[in-house]
Amino acid sequence: MDGSSISLVILIASLMVAATPILLAALGELVVERAGVLNLGVEGMMITGAICGFIVGVESGSPVLGFAGAAIGGALLSLVFGFLTQVLMANQVASGLALTLFGLGLSALLGQGYQGVRGPTSMRLDLPVFSDLPIVGRILFSHDLMVYVGLALTVAVWWMLKYSRAGLVLRAVGENHDAAHALGYKVVRIRLMAIAIGGACAGLGGAYISLVRVPQWTEGMTAGAGWIALAIVVFASWKPVRALLGAYLFGGVTVLQLNLQAASLPLVEVLIWLSTATAVILLIVYGLLRRSGRQESASGWIKCAIVFAIFAAITAIFNSIFGINLFRNETLWLSMSPYLATIIVLVVMSAGRAPGSLGRTFHASS
Amino acid sequence: MWKLEKRPTPSRGWAIGAPLLAVVMTMIAGGLMFALLGKEPLTAIKVIFWEPLFGEFSFYYRPQLLIKGAPLVLIALGLSLGFRAGIWNIGAEGQYVIAAVTGAAVGLAFYPWESWIIFPLMVIGGAVGGLLWALVPAFLRVRRGTSEILVTLMMVYVAEALLSAAALGVLKNPDGMGFPGSRNLQQYASAANKELIAGSGIHWGVVAALVAVIVAHILLNRHIMGFNIKLSGQSPRAAKFSGVSPGRLIFFCLGASGVLAGLAGLFEVSGPAGQITIDFNVGYGFTAIIVAFLGRLNPFGILAAGALMALTYIGGEIAQSNLGLPGAAIQMFQGMLLFFLLGMDVFTNFSLKRVKRGIA
Repeated sequence: MDGSSISLVILIASLMVAATPILLAALGELVVERAGVLNLGVEGMMITGAICGFIVGVESGSPVLGFAGAAIGGALLSLVFGFLTQVLMANQVASGLALTLFGLGLSALLGQGYQGVRGPTSMRLDLPVFSDLPIVGRILFSHDLMVYVGLALTVAVWWMLKYSRAGLVLRAVGENHDAAHALGYKVVRIRLMAIAIGGACAGLGGAYISLVRVPQWTEGMTAGAGWIALAIVVFASWKPVRALLGAYLFGGVTVLQLNLQAASLPLVEVLIWLSTATAVILLIVYGLLRRSGRQESASGWIKCAIVFAIFAAITAIFNSIFGINLFRNETLWLSMSPYLATIIVLVVMSAGRAPGSLGRTFHASS
Repeated sequence: MWKLEKRPTPSRGWAIGAPLLAVVMTMIAGGLMFALLGKEPLTAIKVIFWEPLFGEFSFYYRPQLLIKGAPLVLIALGLSLGFRAGIWNIGAEGQYVIAAVTGAAVGLAFYPWESWIIFPLMVIGGAVGGLLWALVPAFLRVRRGTSEILVTLMMVYVAEALLSAAALGVLKNPDGMGFPGSRNLQQYASAANKELIAGSGIHWGVVAALVAVIVAHILLNRHIMGFNIKLSGQSPRAAKFSGVSPGRLIFFCLGASGVLAGLAGLFEVSGPAGQITIDFNVGYGFTAIIVAFLGRLNPFGILAAGALMALTYIGGEIAQSNLGLPGAAIQMFQGMLLFFLLGMDVFTNFSLKRVKRGIA
């Protein structure tokens, strides 16, 4: 396969950019879900953040203020959800869906005068010496500020949940809200704070799309990124570092998709190579797990490896022996790829244990 | 100091009162929003809720109510079954789209042969398409425990990609002079979902919606499946003890909603829409979620809620052309309705008590 037209270094660098909005939103949602609240409104908060950030950014000319505006907008919208589910004890699934529907309408309304307007200049943060380093420089040291914010936030959330007192309280509320209430923690107040943090993060993620990635405003421009963020939280088993991994994985799929379209490589060959490589990687993981004596979790990996190997084999046989290209309609397959990848990952990865009180309504009886 | 106290049983009065109150509150909040947009609030409300029913051109708008309401009611009925049991199919939009594609494909496969059998075959084709699209998440949920919320939703985007591929590729009209989109089914007599009574707006989808309301009512109140659905929603543990198979319930609820969303899609593509185009779907699958909740997951409630939602759609269009009210405002209006409804619902299960602040 001719891969020379896709430079690996640029691929990884742009992967980090593509992953950042999903990463930010997923980290926020992770905090919310660790507090025992399932907020399905991520998509609505992201798109609201996208337009709030864009408006503030355009009007003030400063992307930093834009991001601040996006965070505030996302947090305010999420507090509507918070009020409904925490104070009025409404169903969380329904309220989250309502938030998404409302957010899509709200953003379209706010963005009326901003279609086709150019965004403010972005805030690339080239670290002078480091960014000139050969390979590492391009990958690690020449991004805009928000890429680093995303990485820093991952570490911060990980540290907070694992080592800080606030994190312990948050997890206690999420695992068993009745016990936490009995211990004297203000369940509703803590959850409202978590929801606001989640909203702010989703807002930042949305603003990253409208201010940096695109940078323009179009209606519905988040195109399901919020839902992918939700999927990543499940995939990550509610662990921040795995959320980073998941977000970068999806960033990779997105970037690969865009590059394949540009480079006009035959998709079918790429797929055969990719799935063979995935099967090999899964086999290695299987071997390592068996070595360390974890038979149970190892069996899942070998099954996945077999599935990928069979897929590669069938595609290859059809392509080279029968001359039938199963992926002839490339635009179709490429445009479906992020969503298909989400489904496949959700299916392949059996999720870890969810927080004990996730999605349950809390009412202090006394 | 006010305090919410759990009612021993849900209040019957509030069960009906909450949606009505929510509608009134939405009108007030919506009026404020319209005022902020610089429109006369009362005029806007009147245009949305009065004009389509009793206005000057109501002879034109009334049939439109049925045309918009039928798919909403059909989809919402299917969703309500799952919602009652805690099975969340939020990707009805995808099932609706796929069914339109498969149903139209069945019809176009016969073109230009004319026979009475074609339309029924298309209905089956659409229902099967919607069913299969919904059974994928059901299967994944039962076998792998994958969240049906996320899978159904992801499959909406996949369905939209397939829709545009079909509109630009396989189903593209060979006589269309290069324009995207399929042949117009309205111009193909055997495949057209025609108005049954001229000028009334009643097409087969409206009939199907009314039949589905009655079937759903019987299912929920007179059939063991309906009992199992309600039981699983209210107490999953009790359902398990009484021998309800969760897997079968998931397959049934998702399958039923897939079929109903599929029927809605088929009747739409062969009737009001007429053809498969890139922008065939307009979000009925998502609005139906609001309809299902607004109707309190009750078949007759959904019928009323579907009519109300159709009214806001049409009223919104009138307000858009007469008053220059942006279309997004109507979308927000519908979202607000769901917010207020969910908020007001608290009074169904809780009562507001006044407590004297004493020594704790």
